[in-house]
Amino acid sequence: MQGKNSTSQKNKNFLKNITRSSGFSAFSSALVAIILGLVFGFIVMLFAQPENAIKGFRYVLVGGLGRFGSVLYFATPILMTGLAVGFAFKMGLFNIGASGQYTMGMFFAIYVGFMWDLPPGIHWIVAILAGMVGGMIWGLIPGLFKALLNVNEVITSIMFNYIGMYLVDMWIQGNAVMFVSSKSRTNYLPSNVQIPSLGIDGSNVNFGIILAIIIGIVLYIVLQKTTFGYELKATGHNKYASDYAGMKGKKNIILTMVIAGGLAGLGGAFAILAPSAIAGSSMTYEPINIIAANGFNGIAVALLGNAHPIGIIFSSIFISHIQRGGSLAGLVGFKPEIIDVVIGVIIYFSAFAMIMNAALARFVKQHVTRKDEEVVKAKEAE
Amino acid sequence: MSTIYYLIQNMLPVAIPLLLVALGGMFSERSGVINIALEGIMLFGAFFGALFVYTVQGVDMNPQVLLILGMLIAAFSGWVYSLLLSFAAVTMKANQTITGVSLNMIIPAAILLFSKMFFNSDGITTTKNFYIREVPILSKIPLLGEMFFQRTYLTVMIGFAILIVSIIIFYKTRFGLRLRACGEHPQAADSVGINVYFMRYAGVSLSGILGGIGGFFYSVGVMDGNVSGHSGVAGFGFLALAVMIFGQWKPGRIFFAALFFAFLRTLAYSVSLIPFLDGLGINQTYYKMLPYVATMVVLAFTSKKSRAPKAEGIPYDKSQR
Repeated sequence: MQGKNSTSQKNKNFLKNITRSSGFSAFSSALVAIILGLVFGFIVMLFAQPENAIKGFRYVLVGGLGRFGSVLYFATPILMTGLAVGFAFKMGLFNIGASGQYTMGMFFAIYVGFMWDLPPGIHWIVAILAGMVGGMIWGLIPGLFKALLNVNEVITSIMFNYIGMYLVDMWIQGNAVMFVSSKSRTNYLPSNVQIPSLGIDGSNVNFGIILAIIIGIVLYIVLQKTTFGYELKATGHNKYASDYAGMKGKKNIILTMVIAGGLAGLGGAFAILAPSAIAGSSMTYEPINIIAANGFNGIAVALLGNAHPIGIIFSSIFISHIQRGGSLAGLVGFKPEIIDVVIGVIIYFSAFAMIMNAALARFVKQHVTRKDEEVVKAKEAE
Repeated sequence: MSTIYYLIQNMLPVAIPLLLVALGGMFSERSGVINIALEGIMLFGAFFGALFVYTVQGVDMNPQVLLILGMLIAAFSGWVYSLLLSFAAVTMKANQTITGVSLNMIIPAAILLFSKMFFNSDGITTTKNFYIREVPILSKIPLLGEMFFQRTYLTVMIGFAILIVSIIIFYKTRFGLRLRACGEHPQAADSVGINVYFMRYAGVSLSGILGGIGGFFYSVGVMDGNVSGHSGVAGFGFLALAVMIFGQWKPGRIFFAALFFAFLRTLAYSVSLIPFLDGLGINQTYYKMLPYVATMVVLAFTSKKSRAPKAEGIPYDKSQR
């Protein structure tokens, strides 16, 4: 009798340790937000087309599973922009400029792809690196403005989203090698700048996703195991305390923004250098003066992943999964925009899910402990 | 001279949305809540305003009356949408930037969804013409008449009226003083019996109302009464934030900042009409970048001595003194 009691006690403690860890609470609050967002999406679907709602919702939930290659392919760029936003977030910087950095990276990558003559083996690698440099430059400027001139990075990076987009569109339209004016799109990239495919049938998934996941893990190690990562998180927690402890805040701000920009730039390179499942073609860019959506999706990915590199890897795959599901729901007449609404709702709830969770936990705890006490009292009465 | 008249006549309908939305941002931030959601609020207001115009445009009605009704609808819907922000940021003490971003993400997608379902298009297209060729009597005033009362929209006059009302509310009323106190030192405000939560709700609500109106005026004055989920309000919500910072969170300065940005933007879109600039042969894209580049330059010079409200962005918690 006694032994049984102590094992149950141990189990309880074990469970408590898990539920009390910060990772668990981040995960569970993300889960709550996702469920609320999906319920909202289902309600919208019910209003739109009651007869097809369940069918459409099933596509959203599990439709992506059948096309896992595509899910990974579309996850690649938003994983990178997600890392770009999340990494800066750790430092307390809100890098809303991932779109501009992404676009710049993409331009640098295709520029190298079209204009440089390199041996086939290394051409795509150089193009990817060029993309990283492009993103870095576009991250450096807001970093300099923030560190040296105290300009709010949110405004700067929004402005640089627009400046970058206009510049890239102008440069592409002005270049006869890259731009096919009759199609108002860029030309097909030569095949030796395309990233090697992973060879999954019917999808464009390529080596980029593997690189992206490796980069995510490296970032995790940098944040957890290096002095730089420690300083970064410390500055994010309390700017003044870390300044007082002798950390070079300005240098770290610039460095963080450069790295974040580089990550987003890599995302742009991965997106545009992807091979196409159709032989003889490739990804193209259409300069239509619109800010790249992948940058903003990166914000969603980063927030859902709680700015944690490993969390971001999973959240990017999840977001890509429901996006694929959303376009499949088009088969029964739903518009894919419904997923963008759902993602927005998820982020809205995830902003205060932690607090909601804590309140819920308190409620449950009070309820459960009261019951326990009643049991004890009843036993004592016996 | 006619070029100058042309620029002013075209600049004002652009400046007014910027002015109103920046004033909204000012009310919100001076109460202590960062409002990144202005872009979304604008689009939300513009959408419902245009939806209203779309449904009643068949009725024979004076277009200016219709504009005022649409404005009221836009203000109301902007207010409703801003409640989502104040609920998350004030009641739930959530991160204000994240909430704002999520609210910005929802609206363009929701509009595309709605319009594709019901109109089979990317937005709402209205046919009502709100353009005023000449205001009777006032347009005859020499110089000023041609600048302000010819080839214009009613939005310009309403915008000026709102500016004056805002200045009075902000500086001359008890409410304005309390609002500003909540953005600087909410604990102190609370200790003298001001309800900080209420004041913050009020600040965000004002920004919702002004944001909604600004969005509708954008669609009337810049987009000929149309709203599209794709182009949205072209970053005007964010530009308004820059205008607000450039204006140092003060209504009078915000007015001049808004005029400055609107002037650059108008210049960028009318280069081909100005012989001197057209003759320079510079790519038009550079002019389109001009407002954004100018923002950066201006912020670089003004941010060092920036006077942002001290408590902005920090959720108020009664138990933390």
